[in-house]
Amino acid sequence: MPAVSKGDGMRGLAVFISDIRNCKSKEAEIKRINKELANIRSKFKGDKALDGYSKKKYVCKLLFIFLLGHDIDFGHMEAVNLLSSNRYTEKQIGYLFISVLVNSNSELIRLINNGIKNDLASRNPTFMNLALHCIANVGSREMAEAFTADIPKILVAGDTMDSVKQSAALCLLRLNRTSPDLVPMGEWTSRVVHLLNDQHLGVVTAATSLITTLAQKNPEEFKTSVSLAVSRLSRIVTSASTDLQDYTYYFVPAPWLSVKLLRLLQCYPPPEDGAVRGRLTECLETILNKAQEPPKSKKVQHSNAKNAVLFEAISLIIHHDSEPNLLVRACNQLGQFLQHRETNLRYLALESMCTLASSEFSHEAVKTHIETVINALKTERDVSVRQRAVDLLYAMCDRSNAQQIVAEMLNYLETADYSIREEIVLKVAILAEKYAVDYTWYVDTILNLIRIAGDYVSEEVWYRVIQIVINRDDVQGYSAKTVFEALQAPACHENLLKVGGYILGEFGNLIAGDPRSSPLIQFNLLHSKFHLCSVPTRALLLSTYIKFVNLFPEIKATIQDVLRSDSQLRNADVELQQRAVEYLRLSSIASTDILATVLEEMPPFPERESSILTKLKKKKGPGKVPDVEETKKERNSDMNGSTEPASVNSSAVTMSTPSTSTDLLGLGSAPVLNSVAPPSAGGSLLVDVFSDNSPAVASLAPSAEENFSSPRIGSTDVVSDDPAAAVHDADELVDKFVCKNNGVLFENQLMQIGLKSEFRQNLGRMYIFYGNKTSTQFQSFLTAVICQDALKTQLNIQTKQVDPAVDGGAQVQQILNIECVSDFVEAPILNIQFRYGGALQNMSVKLPVTLNKFFQPTEMTSQDFFQRWKQLAAPQQEVQKIFKAKHPMDTEVTKAKIIGFGVALLDMVDPNPSNFTGAGVIHTKNIQVGCLLRLEPNTQAQMYRLTLRTSRETVSQRLCELLSEQF
Amino acid sequence: MMHFMLLFSRQGKLRLQKWFIAIGEREKKKIIREMTQSVLARQPKTCNFMDWKDLKIVYKRYASLYICCGMEDQDNELLTIEIIHRYVELLDTYFGNVCELDIIFNFEKAYFILDEFLMGGEVQETSKLSVSKCIEESDLMQETMEEYMSKPAF
Repeated sequence: MPAVSKGDGMRGLAVFISDIRNCKSKEAEIKRINKELANIRSKFKGDKALDGYSKKKYVCKLLFIFLLGHDIDFGHMEAVNLLSSNRYTEKQIGYLFISVLVNSNSELIRLINNGIKNDLASRNPTFMNLALHCIANVGSREMAEAFTADIPKILVAGDTMDSVKQSAALCLLRLNRTSPDLVPMGEWTSRVVHLLNDQHLGVVTAATSLITTLAQKNPEEFKTSVSLAVSRLSRIVTSASTDLQDYTYYFVPAPWLSVKLLRLLQCYPPPEDGAVRGRLTECLETILNKAQEPPKSKKVQHSNAKNAVLFEAISLIIHHDSEPNLLVRACNQLGQFLQHRETNLRYLALESMCTLASSEFSHEAVKTHIETVINALKTERDVSVRQRAVDLLYAMCDRSNAQQIVAEMLNYLETADYSIREEIVLKVAILAEKYAVDYTWYVDTILNLIRIAGDYVSEEVWYRVIQIVINRDDVQGYSAKTVFEALQAPACHENLLKVGGYILGEFGNLIAGDPRSSPLIQFNLLHSKFHLCSVPTRALLLSTYIKFVNLFPEIKATIQDVLRSDSQLRNADVELQQRAVEYLRLSSIASTDILATVLEEMPPFPERESSILTKLKKKKGPGKVPDVEETKKERNSDMNGSTEPASVNSSAVTMSTPSTSTDLLGLGSAPVLNSVAPPSAGGSLLVDVFSDNSPAVASLAPSAEENFSSPRIGSTDVVSDDPAAAVHDADELVDKFVCKNNGVLFENQLMQIGLKSEFRQNLGRMYIFYGNKTSTQFQSFLTAVICQDALKTQLNIQTKQVDPAVDGGAQVQQILNIECVSDFVEAPILNIQFRYGGALQNMSVKLPVTLNKFFQPTEMTSQDFFQRWKQLAAPQQEVQKIFKAKHPMDTEVTKAKIIGFGVALLDMVDPNPSNFTGAGVIHTKNIQVGCLLRLEPNTQAQMYRLTLRTSRETVSQRLCELLSEQF
Repeated sequence: MMHFMLLFSRQGKLRLQKWFIAIGEREKKKIIREMTQSVLARQPKTCNFMDWKDLKIVYKRYASLYICCGMEDQDNELLTIEIIHRYVELLDTYFGNVCELDIIFNFEKAYFILDEFLMGGEVQETSKLSVSKCIEESDLMQETMEEYMSKPAF
């Protein structure tokens, strides 16, 4: 039974809760609940009208059942009825039920809105508060539509009670977050700013939250808030602890309001007005001084509140990044906290210092704490804190301390928690590359990385070490020697074998002079581990072997014997079998000249941004993108670079086996093709062997795994041409539709799929046309749109099934209704099945629903643009990519593409007329994300630099990926 | 802005959930499961913060009860601990030495108190006196308002 039951106790409810608590098993609980549900249902359905109290009690019971985790599918109507009750407690329970169990049932929303409207108009402050809370809790679009006009009036009306003002301010804030387009700006905004001067600190607190959010979107309009906020803040920090009465929290004057004001100021650059600026600096100094004063209380609440204000002040100092004196003081203060006995403070100090490390004024000051941070890494018991220490080491790393930091991180990696190992591996790999003066150090570091944490070394990392070794001839001999030694270990990680196999295949000759690493010893060493590896590694090793045939003719026979063995030639894995067959054939019929050309050393890779960095950025972001997708994306960009767009499309579509191995080093690109293309003399044989598919030549480089699985050499008949099981998921399809809405999505000999689509805000409609190109009817024609994994919650797609029979020559249409719930990366997949002449056909295509489709263009002036641009300056908000032009650089075409992308093309904004700038808002159901972009072409270098800034990292990232594929 | 606040027991039983963002029931259940698991797995003497996806989790233990908040990255962590503390103080004032059972049996009151204190994921009223007064008044209201309303209007 309840310990206390204040207010109006509901006895029946208390008894029910007791019963549930006394249930011995889950089954008993469910039984009791079902009994109660049946009882309530019969009461609600009964002929006798229920009195308000019973209705309230039953609704409350339903709520309790729901909160236990059971589904509730009735009672909503009764709850809505309670809203119109005159009894406060009944009304209150009605609102609570609705807040917790919102239902987008439109009929109900209308009734709820009606109840809310009455209460808002009641002029009874308690009822008004209930209604405002309900709007804020539900925050749905329908409610926003119904009330956004009224709430600002309530907020600024002179006769509104303070408590209602507070509710109205936060209610408006909530609606502005969910449906910013519906909140009208106007005359009220200037009056809201003046709430910062209000007598009632509660009102100021609520208003500051609202103003901060509004100012982030419309900084110009709320500019006057800066001086008001500074003077308010100054009054608080200089006040005696008793001045603010109940707003003093454990001897700290108004900590919540102080923090909110400091946050509001972080929406703006340092104040231009000298007097305001001086006053703010004084405030910040006072806050820093107070940190040195002895505490007024031993309670943790006192120090927490005090330090909360201090950390927020430091954030503001870092944001302004203009007062070297304050920055250094902040850094010293954080330095003290690094050794504080409170774990929380150590954690926060490490975190704050990370941002401080990127300021030029304080970078050196941060570096002086390196020993403390390294010590934290070794001694902290809390993984959260150690993680922050890793972050800080990464942030403070530069050429002067890179060797030490990398060594410490490697050291820590041996014992690091599994949850953060992969991230540390990436960080070490990036730092080692970035600050490598001596590349032998780099190679050693990466090999150590593989030795210590091989399982956490992703493909990006070992691809990268190979790229670097290939590009730098001063380190090739050393690398070959080092990997050869590392491979001597009885048990070595498979990733090491991959790196080792690749490097020896390329540069094994550089160490072959030493009798201890003669060709045969190298080969035997690799081959001794062959049978223990996975298929992709074995495939790579086979390529190494054929490279050996070229490098070391003396062991050709041994290698041929291995290739000829049944375990290779008749391997169950088609990829391995194919390689063995082809390599054996190549080694026996090609002359040495041809072998030397085909198996020539890999040419240097084009310089590009490390894919490891991209991976780390992604890892830090929320929805982690699967790695395969990422590498696939890269491959496509490479293909686009080398082939005409038209043929890319067709080759991608007809690719009949989805490749399982990912792109190794992104090698499907043009330079490789050119360098190994057969010379005209003596090339006849090759031309013969590779008959119709010249790109296949590239696949002879041991690296280009990818190419092996696509155009099959001389074995086209082995690969089934059966379109069943074909998965056409190439991203080019999606890329092709990024800047346009209509076109042919897919075509083969049986059918053509056309697309027409339109998008408005977060909604879209797509018309899909299925054309039967044959004269025979398709039967059991069935389509399905599949949203995988995270996409399920990010996109809502509704569609009706089409007629199961499609006549020969006929075309059927299907309509998809699409709602974007939140930002997303993946594309939905359209799966089509039908019977054609008795055979089941099955195909999948990616639907070009991309994030940019939900853009609404925004026109703005140059001044606005740069103002906003500056506000989005946090490192995670900006994504930049530099890339080579794949198409001729034509201004008009570029303009059309940017407009097609969905943003407004802003003329005369960028001081450099050849640059392009654009702005727009991504509309999703949950949020709206403002987005600014800038594209800077460099015609001389045939390169572009694309920069995107949005308030959301994932959005910046995705939009950049999408748009950069277009030029 | 706070995204959610969860109260659960040492045994992982959820006692209160408040969501300030619109998400589906399945997603909510997933978050609740992950939160209880990872918060309960934390060692003693660790800090009160955890990174989780793009949110920062701030939690604090009171006897057998854990209170856990999902905050945005730029929110102030220390002050979030004090939001939790102030809420516990408010419950304490209302129930008089609050215990888990009070929250179980009077969950609706716990919601009302939270609503007076936080709204839309932001702090609405930080004064303990004001919030307590609001709650006391609404408790009184049931009599006075009922009497008032049941009187004939003319």
